[in-house]
This record gives sequence, C-alpha cells and structure tokens, in this order.
Amino acid sequence: MATPQVATPQVAVTSEPLDADALIALVGAQGDGAVVTFAGLVRDHNQGRRVRFLEYDAYEPLAVRALQRIVAEAAELWPSARVATHHRIGRLEIGEASIVIAAASAHRADAFAACRYTIERVKQIVPIWKREHFDGGEVWLEGATADPDDQAARDKAYRIACSEQNRGACA
Amino acid sequence: MRVTVRLFARLSDLAGTGELIREVPPGATAREVWNDLVLEWPGLGDYEKTISVAVNAEYARMNVAVRDGDEVAFMPPVSGGWDTCSTSS
Repeated sequence: MATPQVATPQVAVTSEPLDADALIALVGAQGDGAVVTFAGLVRDHNQGRRVRFLEYDAYEPLAVRALQRIVAEAAELWPSARVATHHRIGRLEIGEASIVIAAASAHRADAFAACRYTIERVKQIVPIWKREHFDGGEVWLEGATADPDDQAARDKAYRIACSEQNRGACA
Repeated sequence: MRVTVRLFARLSDLAGTGELIREVPPGATAREVWNDLVLEWPGLGDYEKTISVAVNAEYARMNVAVRDGDEVAFMPPVSGGWDTCSTSS
C-alpha cells in the first residue's frame, strides 16, 4: 500500500522540525537552472551572551497570511521564481533551523534574489517573536515594527536582494 | 460590546495574560482599546510608538473602529526569521 502523502504547503508556521528537501521538491520544476535554499539556525551566542535555547511565539493566523503575502511579493518581483518558506515555533535548541526558504528559477540570480528578499521581509512583517534563554536570564528580542504597507521597508528588502553581487536579477 | 484582546511576547508578560475580554463602547477604535489597556498596565505605554495592531488576524490601523466580537491583537516589534538583532539597528 502506498504511504499517504501529506502535501507540503507553500508557507507554514509549525512546531515540527523543518524539512528543506520537501520545500525544494515543492518549488522545483522541470527546466529550472537553480534552486537556492536558506536555513536560519539558532546560534549559540548573541550580543555577548551564551544562548541556551530560543523559544518562538507567533500570532499564527496572521503569520501565515504575512508569509503568503511575502511569497506573492517575491513572485511579482521575480516572475520566473517560485518561493516556499516554513517557519518553526516553540522551543528550538542550538543549531536547529528556525526558518527554511527555497527559491527555484531558470537562472540563479533570480533564485538568489527571491530567497534573500523573502528572509528580509520575514524579519520585517511576520508576527513571530523569539525569547532568548541565555546563561543568567531570558529576554524577548524585538526587531522591526511590523507594517506590511511600509514601502520604505519593501524597498530596503529589494535593495538588499539586489546588492552588487546579484544585480543581474534586478531592474 | 465585547472584543477579545490578544497580546504577544513581552506585551503578554506585562499584562500577565495573552488573551482577555474587554468591554468597549460602541464605535470604539483599536486605539481606545489600547489606551484602556495602558491605563490598567502602564508598562505597556513603552510600546506606544512601536506596536502593530491586527483585527481578526489582518493587519489594521489604530484608528479602525472595532465591532462586537472582534479579535484585536497588539504586537510588539517582530523578531522572527533569523539574526534579527544584528540587522535591526
């Protein structure tokens, strides 16, 4: 009997370990010349503190919508690219992946750009928070005020995606 | 009328809960809901300029009117993804 296959969603917020291969399989298509993957890992140090583990919290329904919005933005900017991303929540140990992004395209420049744009936008607008548990205490980390309509933030993410080394992907 | 308030990360620590029911007058805006919370938990006032708000799990503005039964979420600056601290300055 065949094993039932659970379809991999294009975006997800999950407490399960992330599976980069599933995302690669999802975005890949015949004729692609490139697939770029990014995994963000829990680092063992931050701002001079020795990190023990991280705890991620999310406003899940809005986080999923924000991720959907980001992959749609990337598809608009790089029509040849297909992007998928999953973010993990809950307790994560050092070295575990908190986010995985896969971006496939006919050419590497678009795949790199779409992948980089996606991580920059995730940091800007996805309602997920990490609490750092370090030797001696714990603290919620706070980055950007989330405003999906902030054009300056979008432009910044685009500029980073289109930096010098990757200019071929951008107008 | 009643709304469900959701608070996240440090906001929920400050209020001691991540979810509460509030009575608000008809026509109240998200800002009025927020101001009411700050009266009860003054520490939340530190987030006056940096919070985001969502109504029924869609990003919204503080001047939006809320309706009976709405879920109104207040969120501190986000830190998902990876390596937030070194790039947020």
